[in-house]
Amino acid sequence: MKVEVDERGYYGSFGGAYIPEMLYPNIEELRLQYMSIIQDRDFQKDFRKLLHDYVGRPTPLFFAERLSEKYKANIYLKREDLNHTGAHKVNNTVGQILLARRLGKQKIIAETGAGQHGVATATVCALMGMECIVYMGEVDMARQKPNVERMRILGAEVRPAKSGSKTLKDATNEAMRHWINNPTDTHYIIGSVVGPHPYPDMVARFQSVISEEMKWQFKEATGNENPNHIVACVGGGSNAAGSYFHYYENDEVNLIAVEAAGKGNATGESAATTVLGTPGILHGSRTLLMQTIDGQVVEPYSISAGLDYPGIGPIHAYLFESGRGKFISVTDEEAMKAGVLMSKLEGIIPAIESAHALAALDYMQYDRDDVIALNLSGRGDKDLETYIKWGGY
Amino acid sequence: MNTSTSIKNRLDLLFESKNERILSLYYTAGFPNPEDTIPVLEALQESGADIVEIGMPFSDPIADGPTIQESNKKALDQGMSIEKLFAQLKEMRNKVDLPVILMGYLNPVMQYGVEKFCASCQEVGIDGLILPDLPMAEYLDFYKPTFDQYGLYNIFLITPQTSDDRVKEIDRNSRGFMYMVSSASTTGAKNEITDVQRQYFERIKNMQLSIPRLIGFGISNKETFDQACAHANGAIIGSAFINLLDRSKDLKKDIREFINGIKN
Ligand SMILES: Cc1ncc(COP(=O)(O)O)c(C=O)c1O
Repeated sequence: MKVEVDERGYYGSFGGAYIPEMLYPNIEELRLQYMSIIQDRDFQKDFRKLLHDYVGRPTPLFFAERLSEKYKANIYLKREDLNHTGAHKVNNTVGQILLARRLGKQKIIAETGAGQHGVATATVCALMGMECIVYMGEVDMARQKPNVERMRILGAEVRPAKSGSKTLKDATNEAMRHWINNPTDTHYIIGSVVGPHPYPDMVARFQSVISEEMKWQFKEATGNENPNHIVACVGGGSNAAGSYFHYYENDEVNLIAVEAAGKGNATGESAATTVLGTPGILHGSRTLLMQTIDGQVVEPYSISAGLDYPGIGPIHAYLFESGRGKFISVTDEEAMKAGVLMSKLEGIIPAIESAHALAALDYMQYDRDDVIALNLSGRGDKDLETYIKWGGY
Repeated sequence: MNTSTSIKNRLDLLFESKNERILSLYYTAGFPNPEDTIPVLEALQESGADIVEIGMPFSDPIADGPTIQESNKKALDQGMSIEKLFAQLKEMRNKVDLPVILMGYLNPVMQYGVEKFCASCQEVGIDGLILPDLPMAEYLDFYKPTFDQYGLYNIFLITPQTSDDRVKEIDRNSRGFMYMVSSASTTGAKNEITDVQRQYFERIKNMQLSIPRLIGFGISNKETFDQACAHANGAIIGSAFINLLDRSKDLKKDIREFINGIKN
């Protein structure tokens, strides 16, 4: 199936750019320029060089033998955890900082949940000598302390978002307000495939390097560039969109998106948007959204800060509605167990976000010979405190 | 054709009789207390306000600064909703003949149902809507026919960054008035108007637009109101009025004094 944004910025009925007039010039500037900038040869040269020399790409595709034995399938881990800064987030920030420079912007703002996107943004700002302010929910600052300090060491200012639930949604609100107040010299690096058009498409394109590499890596490893299944966790959905990108049109490849069910979808403490959400508008796009019957946005819950968001990117709302993507949700408990399992069987402590993807295998149907690509979006260093608190190892 | 479109929009009536020093006040529905929506509205009418904008609270008001954010949160915590607002406004036209506008974010309106929302607006006597996150293109393609059918004027915002071409396009597609956001800013009371702002006000003034202009965001007292009125048909006061409501022990008296202090 073709999965492409249309001229108005929609995937089917999802997407668009529902922004106040104050942001119109910025978004319009981006919309008119992002494709020509991204497709420019010099831009691609700079982007590819940084991904190679600085980020350390290509990331390996690793055959996880012991996990494969345990799950009775052929499981390959796409090692986004081995990127510089420890997650896939940096693919996008490298792209956007190069773009910001070409737009002539001097200052960068970002929102962050787990802190991975904040760190990845602070990192590229340090690299380029640009001023960086990162908004982070007060609650998230407490549960992801090491990342707060990493951002500060890198020279970024971390501003607590104190409104609402004090998590990712509120950090995003604050970043948008900052942009409204500083429209001309500042670029907003959104960290996932969310926000007004063209952000979802732009971020997906920067992250698409993941599936671009998977194609030749699978060809080398198995003789077939297509795995049977691609499994990725979905907060906003950028690592998922990146690992699906070059496979959308290949309908034999199952796209599995894994959401966080928190303490269970019936408990009122979950972040599984496709289970609990309905169409609505948040942060500039029409998408699936967890909300009350009155249209007030509901505070989500997940043990994993990176998945603790009440919406999903419009691409994913479209994949869900069209059936091209299959959505599974797993609880805190299941994810933590899977994280420990991967640690013990493969010697890789995954980010708790990524552990959700592994936990989903228990709910999937596959054959013994099937090839499963599991996008290991990040490493678990930032989550040590959560692992220790959970204690089940 | 709906019969009630033949009733003249109160915004048009107002601007036909008066086109300077128009004073519009914004407050959040159900603030400071759930049952204050109507008393505040009536006090504004009695005190001589020209237009009232009633805010429909939303959980994620990205165009608003701390004052209006807080008022939204408080109203929601106390159970305010669009449904309740329409119930409160049911009898408002018995006492209030000012133009009344509803202002808020698109999502709660979508969940209520756009057509049902517009019908309810017409029923209680609403004259216009300000939905900052409804883009003009989207409005023209999908919303305008419904708004028109129910006699609702959609008010657009412009900012210092809005290009002349777009200002003209907005002018062509608007009725009622144009909402000039005074600076690149979220909502919030400020104490002065700068030269840069004055230049922007004059630039727009010199464009000879077809509809009146009101300046909002950062207008907080007599001084800033007077300055805004020198460059436009009037101004809108939001956060400073919310602050007053929040402090007030006697709404009627305080609102009268506030309005008097600004107008005279
Ligand atoms: C390691 C990791 N994986 C996944 C996510 C979720 O983001 P997305 O759904 O955009 O990939 C995050 C977000 O912070 C993350 O840090």
